[in-house]
Amino acid sequence: MLRIFIRRLLLGIATVAIVSGIIFAAVEALPGDACTAILQRDASGERLVNCRRELGLDRPAVTRFVEWASGAVRGDLGISAHNNKPIALLVGDRLKNTLLLAGCSLALGIPLALFLGVLTGLRRDKASDLALSTIAIFAMTIPEFVTATVLIFVFSIWLGWVPGIVTASASSPLSAFFPGIALPVIVLTMVMTAHIMRTVRSSVIDVMNSDYVQMATLKGVPYRQIVLRHALPNALLPAINVIALTVGWLLGGVVVVEKVFNYPGLGHYMIDAISDRDLPVVQAIALIVATAYVGVNLAADLLAMAFNPRLRTLKARSP
Amino acid sequence: MTGDVLIDVQNLSIGFKGRSGKLLPVLRNIDLGVRRGETVGIVGESGSGKSTLALAMMGYLKHGLRVISGQSLFGGNDLLAMPARELQRIRGGKIALIPQNSGQSLSPNLRVGAQLAESLALHGKVAPSAFPQRVTELLQQVRLPDPAAIASRYPHELSGGQQQRVAIAMALAGDPEALLLDEPTTGLDVTTQAHILELLSDIAARYSKAMVYVSHDLGAIARVCSRVVVMYAGEIILDGGAATVLTNPGHPYARGLLASIPRLANPSLPLALEGRPPPPGGVGPGCSFVERCAIAEAACRAERPGLQPLLAGGRVRCRLPERAGSIPTRRDGKPGSASGSFGEPLVRLSNLAISYARQSLVDQLLGRKPQGVPTVDRVDIDIRQGEVVGLVGESGSGKSTILKAIAGLVAPAGGEITYDRSGALPATVEHRRPEQLRDIQLIFQNPDESLNPRHTIEQILAQPLQLYFGLSGDALRERSIGILERVRLGAHYLDRLPSQLSGGEKQRVAIARAFAAEPKLVLCDEVTSALDVSVQAAVLDLLDQLRRDSGTTYIFVSHDLAVVRALSDRVAVLYQGRLCEIGPAAAVYSRPCHPYTEALMGAVLEPEPGARPVLMAEDIMELSPPPKGCPFQRRCHRKVGPICESTTPPQQDAGAGHVIHCHMPIEDLASAQIVRTWDNAGPPHVQ
Repeated sequence: MLRIFIRRLLLGIATVAIVSGIIFAAVEALPGDACTAILQRDASGERLVNCRRELGLDRPAVTRFVEWASGAVRGDLGISAHNNKPIALLVGDRLKNTLLLAGCSLALGIPLALFLGVLTGLRRDKASDLALSTIAIFAMTIPEFVTATVLIFVFSIWLGWVPGIVTASASSPLSAFFPGIALPVIVLTMVMTAHIMRTVRSSVIDVMNSDYVQMATLKGVPYRQIVLRHALPNALLPAINVIALTVGWLLGGVVVVEKVFNYPGLGHYMIDAISDRDLPVVQAIALIVATAYVGVNLAADLLAMAFNPRLRTLKARSP
Repeated sequence: MTGDVLIDVQNLSIGFKGRSGKLLPVLRNIDLGVRRGETVGIVGESGSGKSTLALAMMGYLKHGLRVISGQSLFGGNDLLAMPARELQRIRGGKIALIPQNSGQSLSPNLRVGAQLAESLALHGKVAPSAFPQRVTELLQQVRLPDPAAIASRYPHELSGGQQQRVAIAMALAGDPEALLLDEPTTGLDVTTQAHILELLSDIAARYSKAMVYVSHDLGAIARVCSRVVVMYAGEIILDGGAATVLTNPGHPYARGLLASIPRLANPSLPLALEGRPPPPGGVGPGCSFVERCAIAEAACRAERPGLQPLLAGGRVRCRLPERAGSIPTRRDGKPGSASGSFGEPLVRLSNLAISYARQSLVDQLLGRKPQGVPTVDRVDIDIRQGEVVGLVGESGSGKSTILKAIAGLVAPAGGEITYDRSGALPATVEHRRPEQLRDIQLIFQNPDESLNPRHTIEQILAQPLQLYFGLSGDALRERSIGILERVRLGAHYLDRLPSQLSGGEKQRVAIARAFAAEPKLVLCDEVTSALDVSVQAAVLDLLDQLRRDSGTTYIFVSHDLAVVRALSDRVAVLYQGRLCEIGPAAAVYSRPCHPYTEALMGAVLEPEPGARPVLMAEDIMELSPPPKGCPFQRRCHRKVGPICESTTPPQQDAGAGHVIHCHMPIEDLASAQIVRTWDNAGPPHVQ
C-alpha cells in the first residue's frame, strides 16, 4: 500500500514537472514577453534591450526555466509585469478567495449530490426520480451565466435579499465576502450537483441490479441494510472520480461565474492577467491549476483504493 | 424418506409488459410441489423460465416481472403476497439460494467471514459470541481448507470453486429447510464442478432438505436429482423420475434434448433439434412445441395440452406421449470424425512457447527479457491437411492462447509455427502475407462480441470477400448469398443486424464469415460454449458438413470433452499450457493414459441416471505453471516421485501416434484405467 502511494506520488510530481515545462514553453512561444507588456508602446530599441537585461530575459530559455521552476518550488512565482508586486502575494489572495468559494460549493454540493443521486437511484423511474432527474438535466445544460443572471434578477434586484455582485477587494478578509458569496455558491452547486448526482444515480441503479444485491435480498437482509452495507459502498466508488474532476474544476477558478459576480478569484485574475499581457502571472496561475488537478486526482485514486478491496489487495491471488 | 410438501407452486403464471402494452407470460400455469427430503431438478434451455420459477419459489420477481395468476406457497403461505418483514425471515432462514455465479453474488466490499456472519445474525439461530466459531464450522462443512484464512479474505481473492463453496456455506448458515440451486456449477471447470456436485449430493443426503436444482446441464441433474422437471417456453412439459426422464422420456422435446447432447462414450455427432422456442407471448393456441415437433398432428395446434398424469408415474404435457417413443434419444452411426488417412502436415507447432509476462518500463529500458514461467511451453503438434485436432483442458490450460498464436494475435516467445510448405509463419498478423491471412481464419466463442452490432450481415460477409477476392456489386452479393446458404441461412438474412438473430444464427454468421475467405485452416475457439445444447448440436453438424465439403482443417478448442469427441480426429490434452497427451480421439477417450486426462475424463458428468464421476485430482487452484518438471505435479494422484518436480516428463509412444508426457512407465500408464461407477449408493471414492 505504502509502495503504491509513493509510486503514485512520484508519478504526480513528474506530471507537474512535465506540465510546468509545457506551460513555460507555451508562454515562451507567444509573441512578446514581460518587457513588451511593461513598456507597451515604447517597447522598441534600446529601452526594450535595457528592460530585458534588467529582468534577465536576454538569458537562454533553459536558464530562465530552471530559475522559474526552482523559484516556484520555493513558493516564489516571480514578479507581476503589471504592477511589480510579487506574484505569490497577488495570487495568494485570489487563491484564498477561490478556495472559499470552492469550499462552500463543495460543502453544500457534495452531500446534496450524493443524497439526491442515491435517492433517485433507489426510486428509479418513480415520480420523484423523474422530477429530480429532469431538474438535474436542466441545471446541467443551462449555462452558468444564464442561471447567474436569473438568480441576480430574482434574489438581489427583485427580492433584494442578497447583494448581486461582490464588492470586496481581493485582499479583504474572508468575512467580507458574506453574504455576497451566496449566489455564486448556489450557481456552482447547481452545476456540480447535477453532474455528480447523475453519476451516482446510474451507479446505484447498476449496483441495485447486481447479483450480489439480489443475493443479499434472497438471504433475507432487510432493505435498509442492503442499501447501507451491500450497495452504497460499491455504488459510491465511481462518484469519487467525478467529485475529483469537479474539485479540480472549482479550484481552477470558475471563470464565468467569477466574472459575472465580480468575484476576485483565480479565474477572474487569470482573465485580467491575460488582457494585461501579464505573462508571468498567467504562467503562475496555469501551474497552480495544473498542480491542483494532479493533486486532486491523486487523492481520488488513493481514496478509491482505500474503499475498494479489489484495487487494494494483490491481484495475484485470484486467477 | 420424503416428507410433506414444503414448496408448492400452484397455477403460477408470471409475465412482463411488452412494448405493445400486452402482458407477455414467461411462466405459464406452473404446478409443482417439492417435498422434504426430495431433490427435484428443473431442466430447460435459456429462456425456458427455469430461473424465474426458482426465484418465484423464494417470492422474488426480477425487475419488471409481475404475477398474472397463481401462488407460490412455502409451508402453506404464499410468498408472493407476503409482507417484506416476514419474507426476510423466510429467505435465508427457511429457504436459501445457492446462486449461479458466486463470484458476482458475493458482495465485493465485504470479507467472506463478515458475509457469513451476517446470515447468522439475520436468522438468529446462533448466539453472536459463537459467530466466528460457526463461520469456521460452515467453511469446514463445505470442505474449504484453512477456513480461518478464507474467512478473512475478500471474495475476489478466491478461486471460482472456492467462491461457490462459500456461497453454499452461506446458504447453509441460516439452517434452512429448503435449498434452491440456480445453475450452481455452470462456468466452473469440470473437475471443480464434479467436486461441488459431490458436496451438494452429500448435503442432500445428509440433511434431508427439500432441494430444487435448476440447470441446463442434464449431466449435473443426473448426478444430484431423483426427480426431473423439464421446462419449455415457460411451461412444465414433463415431470418424472430421473431414470425415466434421462433415458426414455415421454415428451418429444425431452427426447430431442437428450439426442442433442454429445456424449463421451459416443463418437457420433449429436442430433440437432431444429427450430427455436417461441418468444414470450409467441405461443399459439396449441402446444408450445408444435412447430418443432416431429409427431405433431393438426389437433396439437388447436388446443393446448394439459399436464396429464402418466401411468408409469409423473406428468407430461403432450397429447401423444405413447407415440413420443418413436423419436430417438441418441444417434449412433455417422461418426463425426472422418477417421482415415490425412495429407501432409499443414501446420506444425514446434516447441512453441508463449508468454504473457509484460515487460516493465525499467526492463524495456535495460533491454531485459520478461521474467517468469511462460504460459504455454514445449508444445509440439503437427496438424495434417483435412484433419480436426481437438485441444482440451480446463481454464488456464493455454488452449485458446495457442489458437491466438497460430492466428498471429500473440507473438510466440519461443519455438516456431510452420505453415504448409512456406516455412515459418511470421509471428504476428502485421508481418503475414495476405494469402497467409486468408488461409487461416478464427471463429470466436461469443458471436455477440465478435460480430459488429452496427453492421448488417451483408456488411459483415462483404469484408473478407472484398479484402481477399476484390469482389463488388452483384458478384459480391451473389457470393454472400451462396455462403449464407452453405451455413443454412437464407438470402433474407443479408439486411439484418446481429441483434435480430438468435445465438445459433449469429454463430452461423460468424462461421460464414470465416468460410467466406475460403480458408485452409479454421481455428474454432469454444465456438459452441455460449449456445444451448440443441443449438450446439446444429452448429457441430454444420461444422462437420463444411469440412467434409471443402476439406478444411480445423483446430477445435473446447473445455467440453464430449463436444471435442464428437468432432475431432485427434485430441491433445493440455494442462497449464503444456501437452499431457496427444493421440487419435478414439485412443485417448477409450484409454486415457496421462493422470490428468484420467482425472478430466473421470470428472465429466454424463446425463445417465446413476452416473457418478470419479474424483481423482484435488480441485486446488493453480496460479502459474511450475517452473520445471511435470505441469501436473501439484495435483497428480499418481505421482512417481521427486523426478516429477525436477525433470520434464519424457514423451512416451503408446502406438498409432498416441503420445503421453509422463514419467510413469508406459505399461503402468496403459494398465491403470478409470472405472466409472454406475451405482446409486455411497459417496464417490476419491482414489
